Amino acid sequence: MRDPLNKKIKNVEPSGIRKFFDIVSEMKDAISLGVGEPDFDTPWHIRDEGIYSLERGRTFYTSNSGLMELREEICRYLKRRQGISYSPAKETLVTVGGSEAIDLAFRAMLDPGDEVLIPQPSYVSYLPCAYMADGVPVIIQLKAENEFKLTKEELEAAITPKTKILVLPFPNNPTGAIMTKEELLPIAEVVREHDLFVLSDEIYSELTYGHTHTSIASLPGMQERTILINGFSKSHAMTGWRLGYACGPEAIISQMLKLHQFAIMCAPTNSQYAAVSALRNGDGDVQNMREAYDQRRRFLMHRFQEMGLECFEPFGAFYVFPSIQEFGMTSDEFATKLLEAEKVAVVPGTAFGACGEGFLRISYAYSLEDLKVALDRIDHFITRLREQKDRKNV
Amino acid sequence: MNEAREKILHFIEKNSRVDLHELAVILGMEEAAVANEIANMEKEEIICGYHTMINWEKTNNEKVTALIEVRVTPQRGQGFDNIAERIYNYPEVQSVYLISGGYDLLVTIDGKTLREVSQFVSDKLSTLESVLSTATYFILKKYKDHGTVMSRKKEDERMLVTP
Repeated sequence: MRDPLNKKIKNVEPSGIRKFFDIVSEMKDAISLGVGEPDFDTPWHIRDEGIYSLERGRTFYTSNSGLMELREEICRYLKRRQGISYSPAKETLVTVGGSEAIDLAFRAMLDPGDEVLIPQPSYVSYLPCAYMADGVPVIIQLKAENEFKLTKEELEAAITPKTKILVLPFPNNPTGAIMTKEELLPIAEVVREHDLFVLSDEIYSELTYGHTHTSIASLPGMQERTILINGFSKSHAMTGWRLGYACGPEAIISQMLKLHQFAIMCAPTNSQYAAVSALRNGDGDVQNMREAYDQRRRFLMHRFQEMGLECFEPFGAFYVFPSIQEFGMTSDEFATKLLEAEKVAVVPGTAFGACGEGFLRISYAYSLEDLKVALDRIDHFITRLREQKDRKNV
Repeated sequence: MNEAREKILHFIEKNSRVDLHELAVILGMEEAAVANEIANMEKEEIICGYHTMINWEKTNNEKVTALIEVRVTPQRGQGFDNIAERIYNYPEVQSVYLISGGYDLLVTIDGKTLREVSQFVSDKLSTLESVLSTATYFILKKYKDHGTVMSRKKEDERMLVTP
């Protein structure tokens, strides 16, 4: 029989997290700090709106771009939170999660051989999506000493005549790093100078602590070269509703709409009605969840300090990214041993790029009670590792 | 109210047993400052007590709770305060609220048996001279109390590891 498969797709590695998931799933009583989604239920008024839309029989397609009502709310939201004005009719597209928007943007913008700059550690889908869209992923390895922020120098060093898109994944999964307006300004300057476009994945934009998020699209001359991607999964604890959006120049959004229209038709209708309520009445919920995450973040940072575990202070998302380099193990080894010895699951930093080696992603999308138990176990584990090391040295 | 106080209150409203050191860490404040604010709020009677949520239905302890709507004649110069005090001084009365609408006071009362509660209403409450009428509703089941859903332990249904 002929090979039924596309060679390009066959070459794509499955997500590194998958392997770890399989190991953890075997272990019945493991505590996991490995989840990349909120622990909160979707606020009730949003769920209620979803239910109501079903009761009303709103079970039909919406327009390909999404409900006009929702697109208008999205544009109002971006105006009030980021000060950016988009046209709901021409510059806004409602997608099946932020992930779809990432895929669409690459496919709409890349010609074969175009290079896509992907700072790592970062979310697992940029690289395969860029590759499947015939782009050439070029990795920029972010450094712990810069708190995993992208610097102008790192960006400039990676640019070639073929570079077309810079992915800007901040607030960042897995490091929790954010980039402030001051830090974005020089990046924007380089982007304009080299005539690049930015895919700005701002899915964690509502989860920043002590700083407010700045979108690169709000900087001078940047709106016309930025695809802003956001969604409801993290801000409103709506992962399972699968709802995100992209905003950007009409020329790009209209092409993304073509792909979306033929592959997806439209995002789920009841999710869209629920999201309207999220944007109209959900600011207080977002504020409460942000405060709860911030409390956990402070708790974790304090415990790491007590344990003497090196970790830069992250100001975004719901992850911390401590270093385990002192133990002389790879991230994979450490995570596996921690799971075996203490039944605590964390994700090795390498799942998010080779430069995540020596780090772990620890999620704090868990109750303080759960975090306490898990952190006590991690404490116990590293105390034993240090004792073993000392004994060897004697 | 200052921001520190608001943060403290929001947290301890749901978790009064939190250790002081831990509370300071979680709120990003100095331990001494947290202790001070709490002591002051106790003095100012902003914090009025630290209680325990108990689901009595799960114990052998028999208990009946009733809501009583009370219509009263307000007294000159005193309004409702005097009659409210005469009601809330009974230890079996759990709460007394002045209510807008069709009646005046909403009283909740705990008793061991239906008879005990009925007796309170007929012997003590109805006989107060400014009480015009009462309507008693026995609570059959508490689903949610003080913002806490009773007897529902939610399982974490998320996948264990996700990107």
